[in-house]
Amino acid sequence: MATTPADGALPLLLPDEALARARAGNSYWKNVWERLREDKVTIAVTLVLLAIILLAVFAPLVVWHDPLVGSAFTRLKPIGTERHWLGTDEVGRDLWARMVYGGRLSLLCGVLPVFLALLAGGSLGILAGFTGGFLNSAIMRSMDVLYAFPSILLAIAICGILGSGLGNTILALTVTFIPPMVRISESVTAQVRSLDFVEAARASGSRTLPLLRYHVLNNVLGPILVFAASLISISMILAAGLSFLGLGATPPHPEWGLMLNNLRPAIWVAPMTAALPGVMIFLTSMSFNLMSDGLRQAMDVRL
Amino acid sequence: MTAAPLLATRNLRKHFSLRGGLLHRVQAVVQAVDGVSFEVHAGETLGIVGESGCGKSTTARLLMRLVTPDAGDVVFDGAPVGRPGGLGLRDLRRQMQMVFQDSYASLNPRLPAAMSIAYGPLVHGVPRSSALKRAAGLLEAVGLRPELFANRYPHELSGGQRQRINIARALALEPRLLILDEAVSALDRSIGAQVLNVLIDLKRRFNLTYVFISHDLDVVQFVSDRVMVMYLGKVVEIGPVEEVYGHPRHPYTRALLSAMPSMDPDHRIQQAPLGGDPPNPINPPSGCRFRTRCAFAEDVCARREPPLGGVPGPLTVRGGLTPPSCSPAHDAACHMLVPGSGHTRAA
Repeated sequence: MATTPADGALPLLLPDEALARARAGNSYWKNVWERLREDKVTIAVTLVLLAIILLAVFAPLVVWHDPLVGSAFTRLKPIGTERHWLGTDEVGRDLWARMVYGGRLSLLCGVLPVFLALLAGGSLGILAGFTGGFLNSAIMRSMDVLYAFPSILLAIAICGILGSGLGNTILALTVTFIPPMVRISESVTAQVRSLDFVEAARASGSRTLPLLRYHVLNNVLGPILVFAASLISISMILAAGLSFLGLGATPPHPEWGLMLNNLRPAIWVAPMTAALPGVMIFLTSMSFNLMSDGLRQAMDVRL
Repeated sequence: MTAAPLLATRNLRKHFSLRGGLLHRVQAVVQAVDGVSFEVHAGETLGIVGESGCGKSTTARLLMRLVTPDAGDVVFDGAPVGRPGGLGLRDLRRQMQMVFQDSYASLNPRLPAAMSIAYGPLVHGVPRSSALKRAAGLLEAVGLRPELFANRYPHELSGGQRQRINIARALALEPRLLILDEAVSALDRSIGAQVLNVLIDLKRRFNLTYVFISHDLDVVQFVSDRVMVMYLGKVVEIGPVEEVYGHPRHPYTRALLSAMPSMDPDHRIQQAPLGGDPPNPINPPSGCRFRTRCAFAEDVCARREPPLGGVPGPLTVRGGLTPPSCSPAHDAACHMLVPGSGHTRAA
């Protein structure tokens, strides 16, 4: 209950409530949540993402066609056709079914490499940033070697060597994302390490492990996660690109990049249908990007 | 006071190498602290003053072993720190704690106040519940109601409140000696005065010994029993506060004190006593380091380094001998004070 003064001044909390609030404290994550709730764009893109993810997860429930079986009689039907509301592709497979099932692979290719790179690169980077000295130089210089290749080139090279296939795509993308992941986590950790509170914790006789857990990890995880979220869209686009080049998912499995490639010749006949996978890639990667932006803004608490 | 000092240093030295270039070679050496010896007795407050860059903070970090000294010893309660058979670092840090200048940077932004305070006891094996209980008691002791402040995060607190929490954190391990490195310098005058009062109160309550580092001469005069004046990594003068402020011996101390704003209109500052900045500690002047800014500098000052009062006594190890030069001594490192030093003003 807040009492509102008549002249429209700031409402004052009743003493009891103010006390209760002070007792509860405002934890960092509570703050972040409050700011996120204000941010309409982030909420919207998060809902879009949730919808895409749910569709992919529950694909069999929302689809009434086999995404792999086509029919010569229903090739390249336009959007809005009866029983195929998103139309059909060049071999007559239902596009809605392929779009939903394709989301499974595309999301997997977007999220899994980033997650693996987060584990490997994040821990390497935190190690490098926290220890400094020789270990830091060793780790960072070997990352620089990988950095010498443009990321798409590195992914293509690895995929080209290992051959096409989903597993290899994921592996290639993971290797591609480790260097930027290491670099970000190293710089964040080195920054945190030089702050007084880490020195104060050392001065209180703390051993390294609790120091890492309570003082370093706490403060570096946020920015690292935000960066990882922004990599997801790049990962999806790269995976789509690899499939497009024939290095990623193998036909006839549905994957947005591969679908884009397969529908390419049909762009003059059925442009809307041909553009659909591209629209999905755009929508998803945009949403991931905007979400990570929103997260970063909400998590940047320096009041 | 003839008891053995609680804390003593002998010829403490720290030079920082500046590396650069392709091969990471040493380009220059900053002589941050160069042969510093002093003693702190149980229950007293030793103030350390000097311009910025004179090695005050490095001295504090050396005492805490946050940086390793190149040479010299720190002896805590008769036990040499970090020597075989001496005091281990974890034990040292249980007995000696430090409050940093930047109240915000020295608190973890992701931990509530009570956890910041309880962290020290926690890592020393105190169970969580009793560590938090101790934190609540300490919040009370520094004048913050635990039920209001225990769950607050640093960004929800004012500078004075944060510094109180830093003090509580430093006290959480029940140390015997507290190093206050510019602990009130960054605070508003009035808030700083409140925190100072809290510190004085805590000292009495917990039988603490303080090493109080500041560039603020008034504050040091207010809290200290003895004062040590540093210049460019060296101790130039040390003695009881009334002695040093009343009868400064070293020309640098005199210059420093005459720069204090006076409240008495009859004693206006007539002219700036010291010009320029201290010389670069990378290449400090030979002999007496103050000679480049000293009005009385002579040849001898460039040739020889003036000794600080008497020769420092031997290391006091528990049960051993007490050094002859004990606390009430008032020493200054200047050739003018040494008879027969060759300086024309020497007696």
